[in-house]
Amino acid sequence: MMPLKFRLAYRNLFHDRLRFIATIVGIIFSIVLVTVQMGLYVGFRRMVTTMIDHSPADLWIMPAGTKCFEDPSLLDDRQRFRALAVDGVAEAAPLVIGYAQWRLPGGTTTPVFIVGSELQGFGLRPWSLVRGRVDDLSIPGAVAIDQSYFERLGVNATGANAEIRDQKVEVTAVTKGIRSFTTTPYVFAGVDRARSYTGISPNKASYFLVRVSPGSDVGRVHRQLRESLPDVEILTAAEFRSRSRSFWLFGTGAGAALFAGALLGFIVGTVIVAQTLYSSTKDHLSEFATLRAIGSSGAYIYLVIIWQALLTAIIGFCGAASISSIVVKMTADSALPIVVTPAMTSALFLLTGVMCIASAIAAIVQVMRIDPTTVLAR
Amino acid sequence: MSESVIDVVDVVKFLGHGAGRVQALKGVNLSLRDGELVLLMGPSGSGKTTLLSILGCLMTPTSGVVRVRGRPIADLDPEALARIRRNHIGFIFQSYHLFPTLTAEDNVRLALDVRGERSQREAARDVLGMVGLAHKTKAFPHELSGGEQQRVAIARAIVGKASAILADEPTGALDAQNGQAIMTLLAGLTKDQSRGVLVVTHDPRILPFASRIVHIEDGRIVGEETGSEAKKVTMS
Repeated sequence: MMPLKFRLAYRNLFHDRLRFIATIVGIIFSIVLVTVQMGLYVGFRRMVTTMIDHSPADLWIMPAGTKCFEDPSLLDDRQRFRALAVDGVAEAAPLVIGYAQWRLPGGTTTPVFIVGSELQGFGLRPWSLVRGRVDDLSIPGAVAIDQSYFERLGVNATGANAEIRDQKVEVTAVTKGIRSFTTTPYVFAGVDRARSYTGISPNKASYFLVRVSPGSDVGRVHRQLRESLPDVEILTAAEFRSRSRSFWLFGTGAGAALFAGALLGFIVGTVIVAQTLYSSTKDHLSEFATLRAIGSSGAYIYLVIIWQALLTAIIGFCGAASISSIVVKMTADSALPIVVTPAMTSALFLLTGVMCIASAIAAIVQVMRIDPTTVLAR
Repeated sequence: MSESVIDVVDVVKFLGHGAGRVQALKGVNLSLRDGELVLLMGPSGSGKTTLLSILGCLMTPTSGVVRVRGRPIADLDPEALARIRRNHIGFIFQSYHLFPTLTAEDNVRLALDVRGERSQREAARDVLGMVGLAHKTKAFPHELSGGEQQRVAIARAIVGKASAILADEPTGALDAQNGQAIMTLLAGLTKDQSRGVLVVTHDPRILPFASRIVHIEDGRIVGEETGSEAKKVTMS
């Protein structure tokens, strides 16, 4: 049987349906706003490190002062050889990145971001291939692009041709879901081709991806590389990921904006719920005074109010979760997908609960001031 | 001799602050005993409601002694006063104060629920049957007449077996027939000598139900008569 406290709580809530609907809409708006902002944040966070996440490197050798993966500066092959001379370094594969112009058959151009790596052995190669194979990139002029950029690049299937830096390229492989948050399409190619597309000398590279020999201590190799190559930076994948995120999320202010939006959503939601619970409590004040007069404890009344808050939270969250899941699906193939993880869903549910309970405090403070003698005056 | 349910001795009560401070009670002595129905009568502003609030442990006196079943209530905090109310006192109000969103049965159950009691549904139905509403247990207050609502309020007041039933103008919003019916019910509550009933009223029609009538004016008890004396006066 349903506890009477709970029945009183939900009947108080549903008694004024219009106000209840307004509250639920307010909570849904607020939670969807927080979800979108946090989802964008998580999506952005993932996207800015997607290349690092998919690289097999234990250590990254990069020009000093590199801020993020897309920050193109150059290293020299001599540094690669010095790295290879360090005990414990199994491989130091060159990775070339850079912007180039993709010329469509009609003559129009669009900027692309070239990612060139060794196609055999150790390197950063395209993943999530839906058409073609990595080996297909060995063909001269072969490139891989993501299917989401087909329209942009004037391509509709493998075998399509275009030009980069006056060199003919052919799409031989297609990926799914490798999108750039900068909206500039990634174009994967072999390292030598990538050099020629970006105008980088054959003895230069943007990064050297280091694989540590099995059994060697990554920390020790990292220290020795630093000693051996004092004029460049050597970061672990985790360090490079962290640096990239810091740059894009906080160096550019994008993260702060997303956080501010989420915080705004939380505040708006709390105010809406607080206002509703407060006015609902005020409307039922004489009933709470009656409860007090017939001997209910303060805790009993607070529980009724907290039940109201939790009910509001649960219903509001369910509505918000449904809308958010639609938004997530709608943005899945966009340049910046909203990502909602199970942990984030739990956190948002907790947040909704906290928001509603915090809102209930205003109502509880109101109830604490009830004078039970008022029931005799009416 | 019947036992005392509530005693007030030399009770003084000031209300308000500063220039608005007034002395509502000026040394009141009163006892409510098991098995009696006491009417508290007096003009508006005489201190009836203040005295009822103190008898019902809704407020404490500025000075003087209040005892409920022999236990003094001075210096008790609001939670302790609430505990005494839920264990010893049942209230009936002029405007019923039922919960509009709950059925008659749930309104009655509330009095047990605040005491943390189980098996409320059966007890609530029994008591609603006692007040003649066995067929209206699922009705909401707006579906009941004024007299029926007051019966629900009486059921709520007695379901917890309170030793004192304090009624504030219980017939004030009712017609003569319903008023008589309610007073008959209240008088019946004292029959088994397990509780006392105190009714604050202006209504002279209910004098015949009283075992004792206490008159209050300007914060003082100014007279007291037995029910039989009142009956004689009324009949003459």
